[in-house]
Amino acid sequence: MIPASFDYSAPETLSEALQLLGDEEAKVLAGGQSLIPMLKLRLAQPARLVDLDRIPDLNFIAEDNGTIRIGAMTTHHQVESSDLLAENCPLLAKTAAHIGDVQVRNRGTIGGSVAHADPAADYPAALLALEAQVKLVSASGERVVALDEFLVDALTTSLEDGEILTEVHVPVEQAGVATAYRTLIQPASGFAIVGAAVRLGVSNGNVSFVRVALTGVGSKPYRASAVEQALEGGPANAEAFAAAAAHAAEDVDVLSDIHASAAYRASLAAVQTRRALEDAAGSA
Amino acid sequence: MDISVTVNGERFERPVEPRRLLVHFLREDLGLTGTHIGCETTVCGACTVMLEGRSVKSCTVLAVQADGKEITTIEGMASNGELHAVQEAFWNEHGLQCGFCTPGMIMSVDQLLNDNPSPTKDEIRHGIEGNLCRCTGYQHIVNAVEAAAKAKAGV
Repeated sequence: MIPASFDYSAPETLSEALQLLGDEEAKVLAGGQSLIPMLKLRLAQPARLVDLDRIPDLNFIAEDNGTIRIGAMTTHHQVESSDLLAENCPLLAKTAAHIGDVQVRNRGTIGGSVAHADPAADYPAALLALEAQVKLVSASGERVVALDEFLVDALTTSLEDGEILTEVHVPVEQAGVATAYRTLIQPASGFAIVGAAVRLGVSNGNVSFVRVALTGVGSKPYRASAVEQALEGGPANAEAFAAAAAHAAEDVDVLSDIHASAAYRASLAAVQTRRALEDAAGSA
Repeated sequence: MDISVTVNGERFERPVEPRRLLVHFLREDLGLTGTHIGCETTVCGACTVMLEGRSVKSCTVLAVQADGKEITTIEGMASNGELHAVQEAFWNEHGLQCGFCTPGMIMSVDQLLNDNPSPTKDEIRHGIEGNLCRCTGYQHIVNAVEAAAKAKAGV
């Protein structure tokens, strides 16, 4: 399990990193918890790795005018244990606690996970429910795009050559909105077979706000609009949750693999969505 | 490239290829074979070491990423001939069967007790989820963690 040879650079500034990326067949190294396994299996054989770990401005969690900005190199452990996030964006903190295991959370980063775009990663469910945005920087400028547009397909994003994902933006959670993340994991890998993230606001017994997003079901994580539409304005009770959750995999080309057939996965999507809605309602 | 790493308080400077995994660097370049290689696929946790005070799977870290940083391996846990509290508890509670997973298990337990000095049984099982014991001797490991937590608290 030895990677093919590559050159390695650990720049100390973002501009240096961008320059190195422009040069050749280079790949960005964040926490390495997905990339290094791929290097070892020789599924990835870049000529150069550009390690972002020595760039100090990429590891932070800061709130500004209702938006929380998270630096790309912030580890899952830092997200999971952040007081700022526990108070202002609990869904993201509790989702981070589900990722992999302690050692993986100590190394893996939010920027690396989002840019890798594994269809079964935990973060995208929470981030889509939060309507997150990502900041992409290149030598010629920067742009901020919605995560929904950033994620294109399995392991495929709209990140262009020479661009680095530097920040993830999520909103400060609204007052009165409760959240939950439910997942069934594949025990050996810790990856979600299906994960469902929910944000739910209830007013006078009716659903006043709802966001639902799923990971692991299709080739890319998605907002379950049909579930949201079924709930919006209606009663917030167990029957309504079950009826709405039945739409969780609607219009999705559901994945099938050795862990779960498409039919089972679609059923899991409904079950995890219903449970996440119940969890959120219970904590509202 | 040349890297400089502090391992168990001692500084080492060595040339390494960028593709060298930290676990191979520790075992083969520094001769610290207490850190085991189990699966080499980020699953089993046998290769767990502390990097800058946080537990990591050293098969999934490049040696060059550790340049300028501090590492603690199982060899650095005992001091002055005295076992570390976690090692002592594994000894007393027989928290092992074949022992292959034990070095990584002890590093993960050290991380767990640093983060949460008095974990419940559930929290212990959650805290060591990144370490596999193929003998399935988890019950005694959990007992050892409880004993280590008590010993560290002076109970």
